[in-house]
Amino acid sequence: MGKILMKGNEAIGEAAIRAGCLNYFAYPITPQSEVSEYLSRRLPEIRGVFLQAESEVAVSYMIFGAAGCGERIFTTSSSPGISLMSEGLSYIASAQLPAVFVNIMRGGPGLGGILPSQGDYFQATKGGGHGDYRLFVMAPSSVQEAVEMVMKAFPLAEKYRNPVMILGDGLIGQMMEPIEFPENLRSEPTNKDQWATNGMATRNSDKPNIVKSLFLDPDELNDHNLLLKAKYERMKREDTKYEPYNLDADYKVLIVSYGTMSRVCRTAIDNMKAEGFEVGMIRPQTLFPFPEKAISDAASKQSCEVVACIEMSMGQMVEDVQRCVLGKRPVKWYGKCGGDVPTPEEVIYVVKSFLDKNKA
Amino acid sequence: MGKTFKKPEALTDEHTHYCPGCTHGVIHRLVAEVIDELGIRGRTVGISPVGCAVLAYNYFSFDFQEAAHGRAPAMATGIKRVRPDLIVFTYQGDGDLASIGMGEIIHAANRGEKFTTIFVNNAVYGMTGGQMAPTTMPGQRTTTCPLGRNVEEVGMPIKMAELLSSLETRGYITRQTVIKPKYIIKAKEAIKKAFTYQLEGRCFSLVELVSTCPTNWGLTPVEAVKWAEETLLPYYKLGEYKTPE
Repeated sequence: MGKILMKGNEAIGEAAIRAGCLNYFAYPITPQSEVSEYLSRRLPEIRGVFLQAESEVAVSYMIFGAAGCGERIFTTSSSPGISLMSEGLSYIASAQLPAVFVNIMRGGPGLGGILPSQGDYFQATKGGGHGDYRLFVMAPSSVQEAVEMVMKAFPLAEKYRNPVMILGDGLIGQMMEPIEFPENLRSEPTNKDQWATNGMATRNSDKPNIVKSLFLDPDELNDHNLLLKAKYERMKREDTKYEPYNLDADYKVLIVSYGTMSRVCRTAIDNMKAEGFEVGMIRPQTLFPFPEKAISDAASKQSCEVVACIEMSMGQMVEDVQRCVLGKRPVKWYGKCGGDVPTPEEVIYVVKSFLDKNKA
Repeated sequence: MGKTFKKPEALTDEHTHYCPGCTHGVIHRLVAEVIDELGIRGRTVGISPVGCAVLAYNYFSFDFQEAAHGRAPAMATGIKRVRPDLIVFTYQGDGDLASIGMGEIIHAANRGEKFTTIFVNNAVYGMTGGQMAPTTMPGQRTTTCPLGRNVEEVGMPIKMAELLSSLETRGYITRQTVIKPKYIIKAKEAIKKAFTYQLEGRCFSLVELVSTCPTNWGLTPVEAVKWAEETLLPYYKLGEYKTPE
């Protein structure tokens, strides 16, 4: 199949179908409503399930119910909507249900704006809801990568029995790019008879399955949390992903940037290289698990003087970068989160100023 | 002659944690009997609420999901939409359904989701220790309205069966009680009807069951039955509020 031109939001909806998920519940919110509009037309054509819920709170529990009985399920939303789903995410993570959530981030806090932002980094990677849980978080930097991440999200969610979040921004959702849907990323759902409430007769069993998150016994709850923690540690070992850029050069500055912002940084790096100024970049493709070792190693390179965290938030990723760099290099931040994406010229200016200030 | 009366297969051998005089045990049994009689245990999924019945899955012998507070109707929607062949019911109390879960129940009912809700109304929050519920009666004392429910401050108790039956969407909405044997027979008939409508794929069904909570009412079980009959039943009138015919 050749490439087709598609808007990010629509491509995300189609990618889920191509991955083998025909169930979708959602609530409208800008800038991702095109996913729902697209799927409200597309899913009935293929006998899938589309339902517009009464709220994002309800969406997250429709997801719980559907995932709990063993079916593939996904939803899309944007920042304020994800806040409302965060209660459900905590329950879903505790009940160990596989499900895919897409957050096409907009500016915040509060109603914020409807333009692109990366202001939900903390919410996605540190929790959002209550209790000790983690989401598996992937951050696409193009529509093609969003498609591939959505397709990979379903088997990952099933591998870990954990919710997976695709953390995109308004630009990923709204822009059109040529894409293709890789056939090899279609996957078969895993057998869930061990735990899903799919009906005892469905699995020829006389033993009920219970999907729950209540553990009143303190030892039992502690054991449950240790089990969850072991899964999160396994994610770190087995599925951390990042893209290195220009790391072979003797860069003076190492940029850490993800999503749409990293594309701008890539242009800036190319332009600086043309003038003989080398800058390297680590682009985390998974935000949890975070590419700790890659950043630590890259920051330790002898030529590297400064690490620059560039993101469309007020520095939410800085703490993660700092704990990787461990004080070996200064970690600087630049970002905007009103909805404007910083330009390559701005990035070049700040990167150079970081270096000058470091020398001064 | 064989056994004429036995424990339903849909119940486990567990002893329940419910207080003396609580009606949850009776209601569990009625639901289990109906599930046995309809032969649907192998394809039933129950959803327990946040409230005294959160551990209901310990007492029923089929698949169960445990909800967050008030969200059971959204979960039932999720299950029923992706697996319409499963028989799904939510089991909810008055705080769960009529307060924090009001949005979920109204929209599920209005979409005509093909699941069944067993709504246990005992006019008080049970598990959290007897706080005021949306169904608490005027003047009724609870731990958060120690002087009695003041309707000037917090309004009148909500009549869920009436409220839900006002929706234009087809549905089966009934209010029964289990406080005395004579009512229990009718309550079981209603529960069976509700599950049968679901089996036939006809409509959303809700059975409200006026119940007792002697512990949080501060009454003996016998006094609780008397109070329910004299105070709750005149306000929460029994009957079929809506049928799909």
